Amino acid sequence: MSIFVDQNTKVVVQGLTGGQGRFHGLRNRDYGTQVVAGVTPGKGGTDVDGVPIFDTMAEAVAATGADASFVVVPPKFAADAIVEAADAGISFIVCITEGIPAQDEALFYNRLRRDHPSTRLLGPNCPGIISPGKCNIGITSGDIAMAGGPVGIVSRSGTLTYQALHELSQQGVGQTTCVGIGGDPVPGTSFIDCLAAFEGDPDTRAVMMIGEIGGSAEEQAATFIAEHMTKPVVCYIAGVTAPPGRKMGHAGAIISGSQGTAQAKMAALAAVGATVAQNPTEAGEMMVEVVKGLS
Amino acid sequence: MDLYEYQGKQYFARFGIPISPGGVADTVDEAVAQAEAAGYPVVVKAQVKVGGRGKAGGIQLADDAEAVRRHAATILGMDIHGHTVHRLWIENASDIAREYYASFTLDRGAKLHLCMVSAKGGVEIEEVAATDPDAISRLHVDPVDGLSLAAAAGLVAEAGIDEEARSQAAALLVKLYTCYVEGDCDLAEINPLILTTDGRVHALDAKVTLDDNAAYRHPEWDAFADDEELDEREKLAREKGLNYIGLSGSVGIIANGAGLAMSTLDVVTQVGGTAANFLDIGGGANADVMAAALDVINSDAAVRAIFVNIFGGITRVDEVANGVVEALRRVDIRSPIVLRLDGTHAEAGREILAEHLSEKLVMEPTMLAAARRAVALAGGEK
Repeated sequence: MSIFVDQNTKVVVQGLTGGQGRFHGLRNRDYGTQVVAGVTPGKGGTDVDGVPIFDTMAEAVAATGADASFVVVPPKFAADAIVEAADAGISFIVCITEGIPAQDEALFYNRLRRDHPSTRLLGPNCPGIISPGKCNIGITSGDIAMAGGPVGIVSRSGTLTYQALHELSQQGVGQTTCVGIGGDPVPGTSFIDCLAAFEGDPDTRAVMMIGEIGGSAEEQAATFIAEHMTKPVVCYIAGVTAPPGRKMGHAGAIISGSQGTAQAKMAALAAVGATVAQNPTEAGEMMVEVVKGLS
Repeated sequence: MDLYEYQGKQYFARFGIPISPGGVADTVDEAVAQAEAAGYPVVVKAQVKVGGRGKAGGIQLADDAEAVRRHAATILGMDIHGHTVHRLWIENASDIAREYYASFTLDRGAKLHLCMVSAKGGVEIEEVAATDPDAISRLHVDPVDGLSLAAAAGLVAEAGIDEEARSQAAALLVKLYTCYVEGDCDLAEINPLILTTDGRVHALDAKVTLDDNAAYRHPEWDAFADDEELDEREKLAREKGLNYIGLSGSVGIIANGAGLAMSTLDVVTQVGGTAANFLDIGGGANADVMAAALDVINSDAAVRAIFVNIFGGITRVDEVANGVVEALRRVDIRSPIVLRLDGTHAEAGREILAEHLSEKLVMEPTMLAAARRAVALAGGEK
């Protein structure tokens, strides 16, 4: 099994007529994903390499029965695209757009939470989701993933998501699903959402979690792991040697109650029994050992 | 982007938040002129993006032109925790009856806006949070609903703001919320928010952090960006649109994505090297961006080897490879380059570079191997 998507997922690409949309949308289709439509206002009735384009999400969903969308539009159009997808009944929205203002993210996150509680948003500013051999929505290169499980991956950073897939595939360890949640201030899907889904997925037998400095999402994940996870978790947190970042002012530090350093996050995860690696390669090697111990 | 106090106050004023009359001055003469306009007594305040100005002597009261002249001459050019003072804010001095605290920021955990108000302002708010957490009242604001005057009034009362200041403080909070949301702030903080002896509530300080992602809809922010303190390497990177932070090591680093860039720093350190910089060329990096990145690193005299670590996703490795080739043609790169390329169109990228490989341009199959090679070329640990 996989989480959030599978071979039956039907995807509309919002922005398929753009350069990035066309490249990655068609690449997702070539991977085997059911890319059933594209939406670009004003370009309804045309097609992109045989994929029909509609003016609105409502039309695209009515015509194709799509249940997922892939938002690949510029930052200023992303908020409207996401809300339009949810209003049209889409239950899983992947938004890769980088550079969306935090105020927009806070607004559409809460609008979805209120008006469309069953719709899941992944991202923004994330690489997307891949369930090897079944479905790839986003910008991940499909050839670095390997089908057959038993590892689920969840990562905040885009490129480290690929690195994690690559490390495991190189070692012959397959993945059930790999989810890139993105590192923006208001991610639609959290580490905890993914950990809970992997815990409930019978085919996923171990989880790799890739975090980074800043915020307190990793600390919250550690609490969840302590209370709810029976499956082994291998972690890597990027930024052990990072220069002190832009300070979020006084208010930020008070809210999170965390310094957000890699060391603090690693300590929190180690304290709840997760295996903590020092770099992505070591994380891969540690997961190989964990997988050997399964069965 | 963090704003200076004077910029924050000017930003507040756009949204109708009351501040003291005042203006900026870069010279002693300008300081006197601003003081005359604001009305004596005035406060002469150093403009630096660092805390502890007051204790360092960067804030002085002046009753007349002679005192303004004296203080301005002392403070201009002063070093405050590593920041040189180039600019002053001169404002009419307020008779302070009480000092409060107010701020808006995003609570990432709750995914809601958070307003914090305290009757204990004028001191470090972290200290209040640590020693007397109940002295800070908090209210989550759902961005779909916004902040009503009634909710603001309730919070002000709960925080124990003095009776005579409450209605003004509540109205000010609503304006501060509008500034925070419509002004695209990551943080809008007033400490202290004061009640004057003649019963007026206004902002005596301003700490504002703007969300860089919203710059496209705020052309007025251009004026703020011009004033930022950056070193030469950072200025060059900024001009070229790169996310660059200068460090002091000998291995120049170029990676795509902040996470991979951070991880690259980690690995270089773990194998005994020191990073010269953090440089994320971002998603969708093309040949021009890659050439610009190499150009920036090349301008750093401390760099002895360059580690280019690319895992293509939205970034296509063949375009990165073209960028490296282009950069080699345009710029005389002093240091050897170690490449590690994987992901989208990696094969094509490696093929493009195959014929250019030399002593000064080497490829390694993994991140760790490439880090070791780069550190060795840089002369190991220093």
